[in-house]
Formats: sequence, C-alpha cells, structure tokens
Amino acid sequence: MEEVLLARIQFASTTLFHFIFVPLSIGLALIIAIMQTMYVVKKDEIYLKMTKFWSVFFLINFAIGVVTGIIQEFQFGMNWSAYSRFVGDIFGAPLAVEALLAFFLESTFIGIWIFGWNKLPKKLHLACIWLVSIGTVMSAFWILAANSFMQNPTGYVLQNGRAEMNDVVALLMNEKLWVAFPHTIFGSFATGSFFVVGVSAWYLIKKRKVDFFKKSLTISLVVGMLSGLGIAFTGHAQAQYLMHAQPMKMAAAEALWEDSGDPAAWTLFAKIDVENRETTKRLDIPYMLSYLTYSEFKGKVQGMNALEQQMIEKHGEGEYLPPVKTTFWSFRIMVVTGGTLLGLGALGLFLMFRKKIMESVWFLRLLIVGIFLPFIGNSFGWIMSEMGRQPWVVNGLMKTADGISPNVSAGQILFSLISFSTIYTILGIIMVVLFVKFIQRGPEEQPEEDVSATDPFETGGAGHAIK
Amino acid sequence: MPLSDIWFILIAVLFIGFIFLEGFDFGVGMSTKFLARNDLEKRVVMNTIGPVWDANEVWLITAGGAMFAAFPHWYATAFSGFYLPFVVLLLAFIIRGVAFEFRNKVDSKAWVKTWDWAVFIGSILPPFLFGVFFTSLIRGLPIDGDMNMYASFTDFINVYTVIGGVTFVLLSYLHGLLFIGLKTVDDLRERANAAARKVYALTGVFLVLFIIFTYLDTDAFTDHGAILIPMYGLVVVLYGLLFFFLKTKREGLSFTMTGLVLIIVMASFFIALFPNVMISSMDPAFNMSIADAASGDYSLKIMTIVAFTMVPIVLAYTIWSYYVFRKRLTGDKEHLEY
Ligand code: HDD
Ligand code: HEM
Ligand code: HEM
Repeated sequence: MEEVLLARIQFASTTLFHFIFVPLSIGLALIIAIMQTMYVVKKDEIYLKMTKFWSVFFLINFAIGVVTGIIQEFQFGMNWSAYSRFVGDIFGAPLAVEALLAFFLESTFIGIWIFGWNKLPKKLHLACIWLVSIGTVMSAFWILAANSFMQNPTGYVLQNGRAEMNDVVALLMNEKLWVAFPHTIFGSFATGSFFVVGVSAWYLIKKRKVDFFKKSLTISLVVGMLSGLGIAFTGHAQAQYLMHAQPMKMAAAEALWEDSGDPAAWTLFAKIDVENRETTKRLDIPYMLSYLTYSEFKGKVQGMNALEQQMIEKHGEGEYLPPVKTTFWSFRIMVVTGGTLLGLGALGLFLMFRKKIMESVWFLRLLIVGIFLPFIGNSFGWIMSEMGRQPWVVNGLMKTADGISPNVSAGQILFSLISFSTIYTILGIIMVVLFVKFIQRGPEEQPEEDVSATDPFETGGAGHAIK
Repeated sequence: MPLSDIWFILIAVLFIGFIFLEGFDFGVGMSTKFLARNDLEKRVVMNTIGPVWDANEVWLITAGGAMFAAFPHWYATAFSGFYLPFVVLLLAFIIRGVAFEFRNKVDSKAWVKTWDWAVFIGSILPPFLFGVFFTSLIRGLPIDGDMNMYASFTDFINVYTVIGGVTFVLLSYLHGLLFIGLKTVDDLRERANAAARKVYALTGVFLVLFIIFTYLDTDAFTDHGAILIPMYGLVVVLYGLLFFFLKTKREGLSFTMTGLVLIIVMASFFIALFPNVMISSMDPAFNMSIADAASGDYSLKIMTIVAFTMVPIVLAYTIWSYYVFRKRLTGDKEHLEY
C-alpha cells in the first residue's frame, strides 16, 4: 500500500527534522542559563556578553523548533487517524499534559526573557531562562512518556476497541521512559555543548576574542563531558532494557539470526544478507554484547529466527522482522558518535587543564567537526529506535500499516509531503546561512543594548533597521 | 455532569482563549501591511505582540492535545477529514512563526519584504481557515458509519463557510487594530483607531450575514434557538455599543467589545454542536456524540485533575506576563527585538 509508505516517509521526515532543532534548544537553554547565572553571581560583564551572544543562535533555533513542533501534533490525527483512535485515551493524555505543563511554561517565559532585559530585576530575569530550560526538559519527559508507550505499552487495558488507560502510575513508571528520557536529555545537552565548543574552537583558531571564547569553551566542555558520560551510562541501560522488553530490536541491531554464543560478542562490522538470513564477515569484540545487555561477561542473546517463531505463535502468521540493516547500522553509527564525543571531551579538558589548548590547532579543528556528531547520534538513535520497532506502531498491539487514515489518499499525503519538505529545506538553508553569518560577525558586533534605539516616529525613514 | 461533558466545555474554553488572544495577534499581523507605513512602524507593530504571540499559540496546541486525549475519535475524524485545509494552516503557522524571528536578521530589503509577506499571509489565512472549520463543523460534513469523513471541496468552501471565514478575518483585524491602539502612542495609535472605525461597518455586515446564514444553512437554531437567539442578540448589542466606544475613543472598552464578540461567536459553535462533536450530513445516525467520541473515565479523571491544577497556574503567569509588558510601546527607550 502506497499510502502506508508515504505516510511513514512523511512522519519520519517531519519528526527527524523537528529533532534537529529540539536537542539544540534543550542544550543551549541550559548553557545560556548557566552563563547568565555566572553573570548574576560573579557580576562580570563578560558573562552577560556570552549570554547574549549565544542566545542569538538559541532564539533562531527555538523559533524553528516551535513551528516544526506544531506539525508534529497535528499529523497524528491527519495521517494516522486509526492509530489516534486506538491510542488517544492513553497516548493523547501525556501530549495534552505536555502542552499544559511545559509548552505554556517555555513559550511564556521565553517571551518574558527576550523582551524583559531591563524590565525585570536581574534575579527574576534569570529565573525566567531557568524556567525555559526546565520547560524544555519537561516537554521532553512528557513526549517521551507518550513515545515509550508505543515502544513498551504499560498501564492500559484493551476495551471498546482501543487501548484505554487504567493505571497512570504504570504509564509513568514505564521502564522504557526511564532509560529513554535521561539518554535523550544527555544527548540534547551534548548537542548544545558541542555546538558551543565547536564555534568557540573556530574563534580560538582565529585568535579572535580569546578570553571570551576560552570561557565559553570551558563551560561547554565541562557540560559536554558530563553529558557524554551520561549518554554512555544511559545507553547501556537502554540496551539492557531492550534485551528483555524488545528482544527482536536487539537481535536486529546485532544482525543475529541464530542465538548468540555465551558469552556474546559485539559486532563492529558485518555483511548482512537479509534474503538468506545470514550475517558473515563479522568483526567481533568478544564479551562486549554480554556486558552491554547484562552488565556481566556472560549470557547469550536470542536470535531473530527463534524470536520470529515466538511472534508467529503469539500473533499469527506474518512479517515480524524490522529492517535489519538499517537497525544494525544506525546502532553502530550512534555508538561511534558517542565514543568519539567522550574522547573529544576528555582530551579537550586535559589540554585545557595543561594550558595547551591554544597551541593544539589540529585538535581545535577536530572540535569544529564535533559540532555535527551529536546531531548524527540523535538522528540515528531515533531511526534505530523507531525502525527497530517495526512492523509495530504500538509494540505488540497495533501494526504500523493498520494505523493510517483510511480516508486520506496517497495524492493528499504526497502533496503534504512535498509542501512540508520544500518549506523544511528552505528553513534548513536559512538556518545554516544565519548561523554562519552570526558566527562570522562575532560578539564584538553585537549591538549595545538600547544605544541604537531611537524614536521610530521621528526617524520615520524606512529601510535601515535599528538592529 | 459526566466528565466527557466537562471536557467538551474545557475544549471550548481553550478554543475561546485561543481566538481571543491569538485573534489580536492575527489582526496585528495583518496590520503590518495595512497600517504600518514604514519599516520602523512595522517593527513597533510586531513588537506589540512580541512577548506573547508564541504563548497565545499554545492555546491552540493545548486545545488540539486535549481533543486528542479526551475525544480521540473527534480528533481523528476532524484532523484526517480536514487534511488539505490543515496542511495550508500549518504552512501558514510555520512561515508566520519564523518570520518574526528572521525578518530583521539580514540587512536586505528583499529579505525583509519576503518575511513581511510571510507575516501577512501567515496572519490572514489562519483566521479564515478557522472560520471555515467551525462553520462547516456545525453545518455538517460527510461522515460515514465508521466515523470517517470524505469531504469534497464544496463541503469546505461554500457560501456559508466563506462568510464564516471572512467574518473571522475581519473580526481579528478589528481586534488587532484596537490592540495596537492600546499598545502604541501618538500617530500610530491614532491611525490604528481610525482604521478600526473604517472597518467597523464592513465587519458588522459580515457579522450579520454570518448570523443569517447560520440560521439558513444549519440546524443550530432549530436545536438550540433558545440559547443561540439571546447570544446572537447580545453580539449585536455589543457590536452596536462598540460604535459609540469607537466614536468616543474609549480604547479599553472597544477592545473589550471585540474580544467579547469573538468569545461569544466561538462559544456559539460549541453550543450549536452540543451534544455532538461532529454532525454528519450523510445520515443523522452517523452524528458523533460527545459520549461516542470520548475517552474512558479513568483517563478523563486523571486529566481533569491535571487541568484543574494547571490551568489556574498558567493563567496566573500569563496575566503576569501581560502585566510586565503593560506599557505602551514608544520605540523610545525600548529595545525593539523584532
Ligand atoms: C526530546 C524532546 C522532544 C521530542 C521527542 C519532541 N519534541 Fe516537540 N519540542 C520539544 C521537545 C521534543 C521542545 C524542546 O520543547 C521544543 C523544541 C524547541 C521548542 O521550541 O520547544 C518542542 C516544540 C514543540 C511544539 C511547539 C511548542 C510551542 O509552541 O512552544 C510542539 C507542538 C511539539 N514540539 C510537539 C511534538 C510532538 C507531537 C512530538 C512527537 C512526535 C515532538 N514534539 C517530539
Ligand atoms: C513522542 C514521540 C514520537 C512518537 C509518538 C512517534 C510516533 C511514530 C509514528 C506514529 C510513526 C509512523 C509509523 C512508522 O512508520 O513507524 C513513527 C515513525 C518514525 N519515527 Fe517516531 N515518534 C516519536 C518520536 C520520534 C522522534 C523524536 C523521532 C526522531 C527524530 C522519530 C523518528 C521516527 C522515524 C525515523 C520513523 C520512521 C520509521 C519508518 O519509516 O519505518 N520518532 N514514529
Ligand atoms: C555511547 C554509546 C551509546 C549507546 C550504547 C546507546 C544506546 C542506545 C540504545 C540501545 C538505544 C535504543 C533504545 C530503543 O530503541 O529502545 C538508543 C536510542 C537513542 N540514542 Fe543512543 N546510545 C549511545 C550513544 C548515543 C549518542 C552519542 C546520542 C546522541 C547524542 C544518542 C541518542 C539517542 C537517541 C536520540 C535515541 C532514541 C531515543 C530513545 O529511544 O531513547 N545515543 N541509544
């Protein structure tokens, strides 16, 4: 069915696009809040300048995050109406709570924060950016609560032809939520940090505003390093969760057709042949998979053939394999970005500590490349997570193909797909252009607050903006 | 009262809050083309809603989320049924949202002009589409026995819905002009109020047309005449009063009048729908009632608790945010962010 395919492409592309901006918003909100706190505590103007400089990127990014989010909320009903009917009772609730608890908070206080410089007492103004930061993290929590239900349904009963909530505690105590939430949040903090790290490195190579960017670099490297550690620990927890809750995804992520040996090795590279159901030319790291999934150096992992047999017994004949290659490679790409980020963070802090960072131009260059790593990790993490769940849209309860809107034609989906991708492409290009522009301009060119303001009615002439 | 009825009212309240608040945002957006004469005036106009437009939009997001959670079938039927109009609506919201942030970021006339158009289009399309949406909801739509809606172009676009759409556009524009009147000084303030007096008559004509066609084109008056007649009567009275307030330059009261008119018109849609959430034009047996569409009681109970604790808090800080930015924008000592 073409509708299913188009609806999936539509959903995947808009969501992945939303998730380019989301982690950067979450991460930068935290870093800016930290910088402004240092300003209020230390009363050093340089931290004020830092806050303002980095907030330019934050605000551009946030705006795109907001507008791409609105589509997300509409498209469940638009493209996935059968799914929405089936899960609305339990899935819609966290979404509604998210809006009430988080979206109002972040959007109100970001407005007050942007326009409230000089209007509010310093500490109250500082509290606003912290509320924005808390709002972004809370919104992640509630949306992930909804997503975790799709991965690992809890707290529901099947009645009236749908999944209805019967235990809100079970919904919120979902094991998947408590591994996915910290993992995603640390991933987001890393995204914000390594953005600041990379841009600062560029300035240090050029030896522009050295003091300013060294301070920025220190703050962001510390946050980045801590996030990297957080990612690794929670990633490990994700794998342990997968092992008992979604073993098929884990087996696919390892391209294991037969059960593994005991202890199980983690495969670095392999050649996967889906048709003949075999994986050859494995390059293995012994013991590693056992450790990843059980925290010990023994224990075996079930393969897809056996798991598929169990699924057929439980749910009847059908296709139960997720896209193996995609799941396998996405997992590897994510893990490699995680390792690299940790390495960059550790080496960076070491060089800072030894006061050698300025001479290590090669390393500063690496840090610029590091900007892109968290984005790659985030995207492939979601691809693994969502594609590895296939063919289910709600794991074990509803197949993706059964979730689409029966009354929406392929032509309509294609129309929306084309319009959204076009406008997203334009937004993406503009964002990059603006970022490059403001990076090149640098903090020295930032307008001094209020100096430029004139009476609009006296000046009268159009054209030259105040900024 | 069953919880599902409470949620029907809550969703009505969210849409009412949305149209009252976002209504003037749309109007302000339209004013950038019709009222502001130069770039600086445009910026002053946009900055009047700068701190609040995003939070105002969250009323819509919350209303959508609440529909999804409390009435999954309503959400699913309406959102998939209105597929193409909603794509257009979303595109409008996207370009408007980024335009505020983007427009002053590059020093180029073409750039600024492009985003000015985005602000304008993104502000005029949504109220039109919401007018179309709500009028066609009460007019009835082709919904089959499986709750799926298969609408053709004329189900969306016909005399009644276009009148509904235009009425919303004009009311929002008027509401926005009066908001600008409240938030600016001198020349701009004068002109905003003068412009409001100019569109008064036309908007009034559409308001009356809207009421007449609601009578002709829907069953609203047959089913709920006892409530709707006094409500629409009140609309006419308030709109009449507005004439005098505009004339005597009572800015606050004028703004209150347009606000009340918007609120009552929005409320009238929900009263016309009750006890249904959607009306089928194929067969009254296919009407979707509040009870048919609702979630289970447990879920509604949990959400009721959350809503009744959170809504007062949200309202409190929302009011505080308007208090922080209560001063008129002179552009003088102000930093214009947009
Ligand atoms: C891990 C975090 C996360 C994830 C998985 C998602 N979002 Fe998101 N979303 C955010 C984190 C976030 C945020 C950090 O809160 C944003 C990003 C930038 C922003 O302005 O707020 C946001 C904005 C945002 C908005 C606009 C809010 C406003 O106007 O202030 C909506 C309606 C949504 N999102 C809805 C969704 C839906 C329905 C998703 C599921 C498919 C989704 N988001 C995935
Ligand atoms: C609450 C959060 C989320 C929900 C409810 C959700 C829900 C869904 C749904 C309904 C689909 C369509 C069915 C399918 O093709 O699998 C899907 C697919 C997908 N989602 Fe999510 N998603 C969420 C978050 C995300 C995020 C944040 C991303 C990444 C940015 C993401 C990435 C994807 C991808 C890549 C697919 C495509 C899978 C495919 O085409 O096979 N999801 N998800
Ligand atoms: C250090 C090595 C890492 C390990 C072992 C790891 C492990 C995992 C696992 C097993 C999942 C899948 C969970 C599921 O499908 O149910 C996952 C998902 C995800 N990962 Fe990682 N990860 C690592 C690094 C990273 C990095 C560096 C990022 C980005 C900065 C990242 C971002 C994500 C995201 C966004 C998801 C999808 C959300 C979710 O399902 O929780 N991961 N990770």
